[in-house]
Amino acid sequence: MLKDITLGQYFPGTTVVHRLDPRTKIVMVALYIAALFTANTPGGYALMAVFLGVSIAVSRIRLKAMLKGMKPLIFIVVLTSLLNLFYGTGEPIFTFWIFKITAQGIRRAIYMVLRIVMLVMGTFMLTYTTSPIMLTYGLELLMNPLKKIKVPVHELAMMMSMALRLIPTLIEETDKIMSAQKARGAQFDTGNLIEKAKAMLPILIPLFLSSFRRADELATAMEARCYHGGEGRTRLNVLTMQTRDYLTLALGILLIAAVTVLRRFGL
Amino acid sequence: MDNTAIKTENLTFFYASGEEERAPEDVLSGVSLSLEKGSFVAVLGHNGSGKSTLARHLNALLLPKGGTVQVFGMDTRDEELTLEIRRRVGMVFQNPDNQLVSNVVEEDVAFAPENLGIPSPEIRRRVDEALEMVGMTEFRTHAPHLLSGGQKQRIAIAGVLAMRPECVVFDEPTAMLDPRGRRDVMEIIDRLRREYGTTVILITHHMEEAARADRAVVMSDGRIVMDGAPRQVFARVRELDELGLAVPGTVRLMWELRARGVNVPLTTLSVQECAQALADHFQNR
Repeated sequence: MLKDITLGQYFPGTTVVHRLDPRTKIVMVALYIAALFTANTPGGYALMAVFLGVSIAVSRIRLKAMLKGMKPLIFIVVLTSLLNLFYGTGEPIFTFWIFKITAQGIRRAIYMVLRIVMLVMGTFMLTYTTSPIMLTYGLELLMNPLKKIKVPVHELAMMMSMALRLIPTLIEETDKIMSAQKARGAQFDTGNLIEKAKAMLPILIPLFLSSFRRADELATAMEARCYHGGEGRTRLNVLTMQTRDYLTLALGILLIAAVTVLRRFGL
Repeated sequence: MDNTAIKTENLTFFYASGEEERAPEDVLSGVSLSLEKGSFVAVLGHNGSGKSTLARHLNALLLPKGGTVQVFGMDTRDEELTLEIRRRVGMVFQNPDNQLVSNVVEEDVAFAPENLGIPSPEIRRRVDEALEMVGMTEFRTHAPHLLSGGQKQRIAIAGVLAMRPECVVFDEPTAMLDPRGRRDVMEIIDRLRREYGTTVILITHHMEEAARADRAVVMSDGRIVMDGAPRQVFARVRELDELGLAVPGTVRLMWELRARGVNVPLTTLSVQECAQALADHFQNR
């Protein structure tokens, strides 16, 4: 039953977007978000939408996957749009009891929805096209300067990649423990919330214990394979920025500039 | 340089118990063992005999509480040498799931060379070679958790081979595998010895696996109780029974026949040898 949880939202592929350096993609998402929050004109939003649309097309990510990822956000999107809809000032177009809708409210609501949807889709572009390992590696390299102020960058990255590595193993284990407890008469899907929570205890305790044992064995195995922290470590796949990476980053800066200009002229 | 790969002298070890009144019990008490370069040594013993504890001393995962361990002439207590010792003595563990560190097979195999600071083109060469050696090249970009137990163990072995160790300690590598995985692992051990002349130390309680070794060392209660060629060791059926170790079926058959007055040799290990000895015996009657 736990098998069908999708882990990490990565869709493997070989498109340009997939092959971009993870650092480029992380920085690009930051630039994209900055541009998105700068935009407040129809032209600006249109430009952002075109940029996002082209990126999605190039990455060959199915629109269906994008929309599926949006599902949990429907509530937030609807709520914020409603709030913005009724909080506009100016001449009301439509009044109902204490609610009044203004042109400004409508515009704001539309912008807000666009902003949230494009924000989420933009970040999906990062996680959908970058493997968790590459993402971790990219973050590690980007955070490298923080080592100077004694931030344990390598350790954090290693912990993150270990966690990613162990998720499928632990899910498998949870499945096994649940089956074992069920075989002994445990029931997980009956009773109220508190009863259900209590029923989780016989799963969590063995899972915890075995995780500690696993962690201990894994640490031993890592030591046996000469692991001694990040010092002097090399990598099998070294990341090097290519022309396409610099072009992408230039595009990101251009995007911000364009949106700023459009905002300036109110287009 | 002499021909010794690993040498332990009067090795003693105990785990600190935490309770002060009770003196900790020795897990290893006075183990002296000398392992020759290029040899294949099986270390046998029931659970708690100290065989895994001994194994962990061979690459400085544990340090002796008494006595010494010399690995290619290096004392394991010298912290400066720890990395070099671990590079030269690789170790494969029982549970493949708890040895793999990456979500991608080739990244996992690259882990040890990465730790050693080897330049990436050389890592690539070693990863390719190691994967070829264990016959897992086609799975290089797969996720390990989708592979079978035997395949995962082969990846773990490749991860050790990528260090180019001179000696590999296998700590019950087949205990969690199905017969197929078990056979694959044993074949890799054979290939390793044949092609690289690697010294192999196999910790096991499978007598059939130990039968392939040049030398069998039997441990009990932290001591070495038998040491010799597998044929000679296995012939001591009654003593092995008392230690809770099951001798191979072929040896058991000959032993039972002898107990019933049939004069056959006890030193036959393979089914073929056993059949030949029986045929000879009955034809000569």
